Amino acid sequence: MSKFLALLFRNRLAALGGVVIAVIFVLALITPLLPLQSPDDTDTAHRFLLPFSGGHLLGTDQLGRDLLSRLLWGTRLSLAVGIAAALAAGFVGSAVGIVAGYFGGRTDNVIMRGVDMLMAFPYILLALAIVAALGPGLMNALIAVAAVNVPFFARNIRGITVGLAGREFVDAARLSGKGHIRILLTELLPNVLPVIVVAMSTTVGWMILETAGLSFLGLGAQPPQADLGGMLGEARSAMISSPHTSVVPGVMIFLIVMSINLLGDGVRDALDPRLRSGALSRPKPATDVRRAGPVPEATGALLEVQALETQFHVGRRIYRAVNGVSLAVRPGECLGVIGESGSGKSVTALSVMGLVASPPGVITGGAVRYKGDDLVGAPYGKLRSLRGDRVAYIFQDPLSTLHPLYRIGDQLAEAITAHHGVGGREARQRALKLLRDVRIPNPESRIDNYPHEMSGGMRQRVGIAMALANDPDVIIADEPTTALDVTVQAQILSLLDDLRRDRGLAIVFITHDFGVVGQLCDRVAVMYAGQIVEEGPTQAILDAPAHPYTARLIACVPELGGGRRALAAIPGLPPSVDDLPPGCAFAPRCARAQEGCTAAPIDMREGAVAGTPGRAVRCINPEEAIA
Amino acid sequence: MGRYILRRLISAIPVLLGITVIVFLIMAMIPGNPAQAILGAYATPDNVARINKSLGLDKPLWDRYFIWLWNMLHGDFGRSYSLNRPVIDEVMDRLSATAILAGVSWVVASLLGILAGVISAARQYGLADKLITFVVLIGISIPSFFLGMMMILFFAVRLQWLPASGMYEIYGGGGLGDLARHITMPAIALSVVATGVIARLSRSAMLEVLRQDYIRTARAKGVNERRVIMGHALRAAMVSVIPVLGLQAGFVLSGAVYIEIVFQWPGIGQMLVNAILQRDILLVQGGVVIVAALYVIFNILVDVAQSLLDPRIKT
Repeated sequence: MSKFLALLFRNRLAALGGVVIAVIFVLALITPLLPLQSPDDTDTAHRFLLPFSGGHLLGTDQLGRDLLSRLLWGTRLSLAVGIAAALAAGFVGSAVGIVAGYFGGRTDNVIMRGVDMLMAFPYILLALAIVAALGPGLMNALIAVAAVNVPFFARNIRGITVGLAGREFVDAARLSGKGHIRILLTELLPNVLPVIVVAMSTTVGWMILETAGLSFLGLGAQPPQADLGGMLGEARSAMISSPHTSVVPGVMIFLIVMSINLLGDGVRDALDPRLRSGALSRPKPATDVRRAGPVPEATGALLEVQALETQFHVGRRIYRAVNGVSLAVRPGECLGVIGESGSGKSVTALSVMGLVASPPGVITGGAVRYKGDDLVGAPYGKLRSLRGDRVAYIFQDPLSTLHPLYRIGDQLAEAITAHHGVGGREARQRALKLLRDVRIPNPESRIDNYPHEMSGGMRQRVGIAMALANDPDVIIADEPTTALDVTVQAQILSLLDDLRRDRGLAIVFITHDFGVVGQLCDRVAVMYAGQIVEEGPTQAILDAPAHPYTARLIACVPELGGGRRALAAIPGLPPSVDDLPPGCAFAPRCARAQEGCTAAPIDMREGAVAGTPGRAVRCINPEEAIA
Repeated sequence: MGRYILRRLISAIPVLLGITVIVFLIMAMIPGNPAQAILGAYATPDNVARINKSLGLDKPLWDRYFIWLWNMLHGDFGRSYSLNRPVIDEVMDRLSATAILAGVSWVVASLLGILAGVISAARQYGLADKLITFVVLIGISIPSFFLGMMMILFFAVRLQWLPASGMYEIYGGGGLGDLARHITMPAIALSVVATGVIARLSRSAMLEVLRQDYIRTARAKGVNERRVIMGHALRAAMVSVIPVLGLQAGFVLSGAVYIEIVFQWPGIGQMLVNAILQRDILLVQGGVVIVAALYVIFNILVDVAQSLLDPRIKT
């Protein structure tokens, strides 16, 4: 609770709203104690006095009554009526909702149909009908406003009760022989009460406004009694000659409603944990860059990642997701990047074209070069012109990565028209050809499908077709087969392999599966906790892993047939990347760890392992000697 | 699509019947002699006898409902005693005025609200976002009737730009220009709250959508940012915005009652308030049923629009 209040008051606007409404409340409470004139004392000799004149702080109204006094008494009345309406609506609505949600079945059906019908009215029509039947008057206006809001409570509380009614503690109460009424009152009510209170506090402003509105129309408070709406209604006839009589009650309604809105927003934000973590911020078109330190020189590879550092800044915490990663690919080459979830492999891949969500992502160091040009910090226009044209992505889980509301043909055509000024018909023809290239059967009929109308394997083919749309030089495939079953996975891998050979594509293949790497990749880089710990030709690493982590990772892959090797899970969990040790991050889980492993940063050592050159390892006590 | 619309229309029949039941039950709450209450000051013995006969007031509640429903289905909503003319004629005369006012306000609120929400989301935490959020907060907190009065004071009295009232006949002599001059202020006053609500919702819907994987896909394809926002993101966000547009139509219609009083707009709201003050029960009853029924049908159109946008809805 205190944490909730702290959150609430950290939100300055909510705090402001809270203070304003509290002041108004206190004023309303102590109004009878204040040295005010009676709100009904008329003095026709001093009508429409302006504020600050004749001993009237806010002036007088059309009958010479003191406006300040009428304002405070009117506020008191408006607040009382609004709160009473909220309590009444909350009570009746919650009772209806709890009963419907608890009993379910036909009871629920009948009640909720009725609620739906009440909600089919524009709210004021219902309120007007009730006032018409009961006759104008403050009490009747209150009843009307409360009645109109009953469905809102009934619906919300029913939803929560339905969730609770199936829970164990309700079953337990039922088995212990408690009656329905006792279960409703002692088991369910305490659990839904907080929701009822929050709903009431957020709707109270709304109810004050509605009753004020009815009074304004002359259907609520009747003269000489006046709530704020009634004051405004009476002042309307003199609005042009004496505007202050309208402004005074109008501003008060505005202040009350606004402060309750501010407070309500604050309550909602404090209760919604997603907003707390700041997760609701949207990613910018390109990742933020705040690069410190030197920019490495170009080396001449087609695509190279050099000492890249990408971090996530969440509150005061810094997560070093990518911590000095260097990679390079040549045309026609397939590079595998492998590691557990959270090792930073996907973030590395997304950093290449500035697609890491920002906030919270920031690229803080290193370079990404395409044909020698540094893309880190490049203008958005340059990044955009390369994205999907020269460097294309294939993502995991094509159900969420394809737009659900566009036909796949249009999504494919858009990949082309985003970079080339071709007409609609031409783009569609090319889209058809792409679908054929990725071996989708009946492309003529498939092209007008929506993603949800296709199978997972077909969707992934569409994802690949989209990546191929502009005949790119590099494809970055981020776990493209993880969501698929093995037969489809094998088809997709052989498809990618063919494309690479036919078109001379460079592929960066991100995966956590050594089996997949062995099938497709020429070279492999193993990532752990944001760093590359081993790199080299795929077969050489599979035959003789040098880093203990690589060895453990290979041991995790089940073997078909023989099964001579024991399956071994890696003990422990990957470290959290906001609190890394200075040396090897794998040391705590490593059987070969020794003193000095965590003392200082360990460099990559290049050389030959088990007779194969071109290997590199970040380990001071490797499984195999490095020469 | 045709079948979907038909199915939705059929499913509206129970809702429409429910509306008549609710209105009937509310009117049955009237204390005392119903004929007396319905006629009020016009309760001559003659009139009482006539209304007792036409509404079957001597019969049980159940029969009375069916007599009422039967009459309504034949276009007979009874007779307004304060105006001395059939209810249906009066409602039809005033319906277009309310429809034009509420319709214009709703369209303005929808367009402006969505635009503001999109800008706000695209520039989250930027200057435009803060400015829009602030204006929206004020907008949704200011009572529309107070705003209307202040607008009259400022634009009609002080600056004398626009007329404060005087819209007596919608299809009167003035033509479209006259209508435009008269509708500007009431339409703005009426649309402010709805604009604010729609802007808030559009903003959060856009923020939610912009975090989705398919937006990253669009960016990875090299689609330019304008199209990412106005195409990919907005289209997906509309799926959650459209139902709210339907709800807001109800709020605009409700707010129209206040605005019609403030600007003396010759619509249904003004008619209903006068009818209540005159205790002209049949006029209230007929007006409420007709407007509520039209609102239900309007919401079916909103559902149809939703199904056109979202192919995942089974049609």
